[in-house]
Amino acid sequence: MSLAKPAMRGLLGKRLRFHLPIAFALSLVAAAAFKYGVTEPRKQAYADFYKQYDTTKEFNNMRDAGVFESVRPTGE
Amino acid sequence: MVVRVLNLNQMLHLTAGRVGGLFSRRAVVGLTNSGARMSSHHEVSDQVDMSQPMYWDRLDTPLPDRAWIDVLDSKDKSLKQKEKGPWTALSKEEKIALYRLKFNHTYPEMKKPSHEWKTVIGGMFIFFGITGLVVFWQGHYVYPPQPHTFGEEWQAKQIQRMLDMRVNPIEGFSAKWDYKNKQWK
Repeated sequence: MSLAKPAMRGLLGKRLRFHLPIAFALSLVAAAAFKYGVTEPRKQAYADFYKQYDTTKEFNNMRDAGVFESVRPTGE
Repeated sequence: MVVRVLNLNQMLHLTAGRVGGLFSRRAVVGLTNSGARMSSHHEVSDQVDMSQPMYWDRLDTPLPDRAWIDVLDSKDKSLKQKEKGPWTALSKEEKIALYRLKFNHTYPEMKKPSHEWKTVIGGMFIFFGITGLVVFWQGHYVYPPQPHTFGEEWQAKQIQRMLDMRVNPIEGFSAKWDYKNKQWK
């Protein structure tokens, strides 16, 4: 019963050569997924919101709802 | 320096080592509390002599200080003599017998799974249950009345005020409210 001599050296190097490219690739994938899944939609949502935003109209709506302390609702 | 790694069973039975006469140079490891504990014992238990080399079955420390079977009968003694010669002369059964003299359990036998996990999980759930009862009793008898801000009416007024203030109108709270039709989107 003679077994083959097991690998005695280069174990860390072998592990790194296998795992480091995978780690790099997965990190890039994670970053890309976050960019195109979260940040780009968010930027678009903000852009779309402010394209249609009428500042004065919103201010008057909030004022009439009574949430401001500096101005009372119109007609008081 | 030899570090002795003990399991719990050995630690419970520590006792003063035998001092082998005036010529012994071995350190005597004694624990006086073992005497007090033994006086209330109703059964006789083995006391491990910690000053002698010990045997252990451990996955992480494979070679103990002494062999499993120390006192050899004549058959074992003759086998041990044969071991001093070339090992190719030993038969398979003799090699296994020599292994069993030296070691108690093999690695697979040491690693054999037990039913302990059922006790652990069962005990866990029992204590979860007791804790649940304690928490329920506490909620009923200990907690003070809830603040008035937790009531239904107050919560509704709070939500209306948040919508009036346009809290998070782009991606959050007010973004989900349809201001034209006065309902949730």
